[in-house]
Amino acid sequence: MRLLKLIPDNTNFKFLKWRNIALWGSIAMIVASIALVAIRGLNFGVDFAGGLMIEVRFDQPAQLDDLRRTVSAAGAGEGSLQTFGDPNTVSIRMPLPEGDDAAVQKIVQTVQDTIRAEHADAQFRRVETVSGKVSAELIRDGALAIFFAMIGISIYIWFRFEWQFGVGALFALIHDVALTLGFFALTQLEFNLNIVAAILTIVGYSLNDTVVVYDRIRENLRKYRKMGIEEVLDLSVNETLSRTIVTSVAMVLALGTLVLFGGSVLFGFSIAMLLGIFIGTYSSIFIGAPILMWMGVGPHSFLPADASGPDARTKAQNEAQGQV
Amino acid sequence: MLDFPSWKIWAVALTISVGTILALPNLLTEQQAAGLPAGVPSQHLNLGLDLRGGSHILLEADRADIARSRLETLEDIVRTELRQADGGVIPHLDLSVREGSISFTVRNPADVDRAIESMRGLSRPIGQLSAQRDIDVNLMDGNRVVIRPTTAGLNAEVDAAMTQAVEVIRRRIDELGTREPSIVRQGETRIVVQVPGLQDPEALKALLGKTAKLEFKLVDTTADPAMAAQGRAPPGSQVLPHVDGGVIVVKRRVLVSGDQLIDSQPSFQDGLPVVSFRFDSVGGRRFAKATQENVGLPFAIILDGQVISAPRINEPILGGSGIISGNFTTESANELAILLRSGKLPVALTVIEERTVGPDLGADSIRAGAIASIAAIVLVAAFMVVTYGRFGLYSVIALFLNGIIIVGVMSGLGATLTLPGIAGFVLTIGAAVDANVLINERIREELRKGRNVISSIETGYKEASRTIFDANVTNTIAAVIMFWFGSGPIKGFAIVLIIGIVTSVFTAVTVTRLMVALWLRRKRPQALTL
Repeated sequence: MRLLKLIPDNTNFKFLKWRNIALWGSIAMIVASIALVAIRGLNFGVDFAGGLMIEVRFDQPAQLDDLRRTVSAAGAGEGSLQTFGDPNTVSIRMPLPEGDDAAVQKIVQTVQDTIRAEHADAQFRRVETVSGKVSAELIRDGALAIFFAMIGISIYIWFRFEWQFGVGALFALIHDVALTLGFFALTQLEFNLNIVAAILTIVGYSLNDTVVVYDRIRENLRKYRKMGIEEVLDLSVNETLSRTIVTSVAMVLALGTLVLFGGSVLFGFSIAMLLGIFIGTYSSIFIGAPILMWMGVGPHSFLPADASGPDARTKAQNEAQGQV
Repeated sequence: MLDFPSWKIWAVALTISVGTILALPNLLTEQQAAGLPAGVPSQHLNLGLDLRGGSHILLEADRADIARSRLETLEDIVRTELRQADGGVIPHLDLSVREGSISFTVRNPADVDRAIESMRGLSRPIGQLSAQRDIDVNLMDGNRVVIRPTTAGLNAEVDAAMTQAVEVIRRRIDELGTREPSIVRQGETRIVVQVPGLQDPEALKALLGKTAKLEFKLVDTTADPAMAAQGRAPPGSQVLPHVDGGVIVVKRRVLVSGDQLIDSQPSFQDGLPVVSFRFDSVGGRRFAKATQENVGLPFAIILDGQVISAPRINEPILGGSGIISGNFTTESANELAILLRSGKLPVALTVIEERTVGPDLGADSIRAGAIASIAAIVLVAAFMVVTYGRFGLYSVIALFLNGIIIVGVMSGLGATLTLPGIAGFVLTIGAAVDANVLINERIREELRKGRNVISSIETGYKEASRTIFDANVTNTIAAVIMFWFGSGPIKGFAIVLIIGIVTSVFTAVTVTRLMVALWLRRKRPQALTL
């Protein structure tokens, strides 16, 4: 049987030649993303903005304008309405009212009663209310989670490799998180707790990619002591390229099914992850690797490990072959 | 590579079997699983509220509210003590509650020591080992006694109030007849209530939002209605709103409180819904005495500071039971009966977060999640076989085992599968695939370098394992941090991810390695298509 090969053997792309363009391009993208988040802002869901969300389904396609009037007539302020998943389902979001926490509960009740009175076929599929206090906590916890995940992972990389690798990984992560946030600011897709989980997963996945490349770089730095750093980096990226592509394709297949069939609730999550696969793969090759060069990584970086370096490795391999 | 010791083979087989056995009950219906003999795993995978439908409600008590009511109780105790102290009444002036403390001026300097002594006698130790007490008593300006509740005392009070609140809520929810409610204290002043499969979340919230403090007080018939309308009442009385609108003036003194109720049921009188109640013997005696002394006078039945009704006492009520009539519907009579039966909350609770998912959305989500998971597995499996042939097939088998073991571990641990958890499941498939891709690509590389089959496979597994380890540790760090900080959906996602990372490394590395080793032993291939 002939097996599928997405990437030919022994590729020799000069990835590092593009490092300056990639760096400036990436910096520009990061700045643009931050600017987008600052100017347009993120479309916070109830988790983070507080307020209420009601998902209601009707037997026929919903008339948004009619419904908007009904909601306004409830006297609880203007709601933002949109169809959700299919034309029969509408999500109604309303901001946090002035007053105490109990005020939100009253509004939910009023809005539901008003809709029920006008549409006998209304089924309330989901009701969420989040008070200002809780939403502030959720924002804080979400931000802390992303922050600590990035720091924790970078420290691990530093211990397992060298400090330059930790810095490289951290920068690649900042790039990934910034671009994902930028994407959400640009598209104004709802940003909620699920998206924070998605970002954390992107952080994990992107790191996964970076670690694979770094691991090979370390191996090659020990193996080819005389080779220039640019060649070593190019070689390492090329050697792991087939794996990078195959894994990415597998992930895209898995996440693609989530986007298509995972239902409306998971849509934002899946689309964020899908985007993250591309951003993460790009950043490991074009940010994670070149940064090592700028920070002066070379064969000398692993000198202390010399004794257990190439010689020990060959020995281990010989032993392994001896067992056969 | 070939020397897979037989104990290792057995260990792998055992692990897979345990995972499978734990997963098996999920194939049975709940009734069938319940019928299994003891000792046989029968636990189903817990589905989160987002998948099965239900309500998640986060309640919070106000610490300041507890402090305030504690101060009120203390004020009463202090007044009583001043009247009944050892050695007779302590004459005092200007007893007041200010800035979280109670203070009074002792009129006669000779009484100062006695006053301090008797006030200190009111303090109680906190816990059994601690030397701390619940109030501090100090003297200011030579004759003013200041009684201040301590922070440690308040903490203990909050703790006791919350523990009791959880109990009261449990009784109320049990009355609704729902299955498997979960009522858990969270942090210092919060309670998470999760009730699966609820048809009417509004009824639940109505039950949770009420303190249900029932009091009987005499109506102050001497009060001037015009003044009452302005919210002013004679000394010793207070103005309270009536549920049917308007206000009513009642005496401050509580005739009888609802604390001594032992039962309450909805019922009918003259075709109208009413609520009947019954006191315990102490409460019954007190109620009898109070009604005896006040025959002919109206008394107010007050729930949470609102007058429900104010009937006239026609005759002494001696049996210890009575009826509350008012403007009830059948539902509201039933609700009040439940509230009274379950007892009052020691502290007012506010709903600060609610997430309710209707059962049909939950079912839709399960269907969508299942379709997505199956489609993801089929697509990825096909891709792996097309790309790596026999080795791809091995990783697909490993993927299936991985899925079964994840379900088994989650069922066994009693972990909850949520919708984000399904996403985590799909991602775990990705991670498992990545491990196999790393191994297989490395074997390809080693083969290209001209190594023989067995040596290539050996090196491939060895070199890739290190990378797989590092990559999964980073993922685990992210997952653990998610679990730590995450709330709700993030937690559900992190649980599956953490379990999945461990099981996928096991299946993708150890299990495939075993399969490859067995194949090599049997066939001893000279060449390998990869």
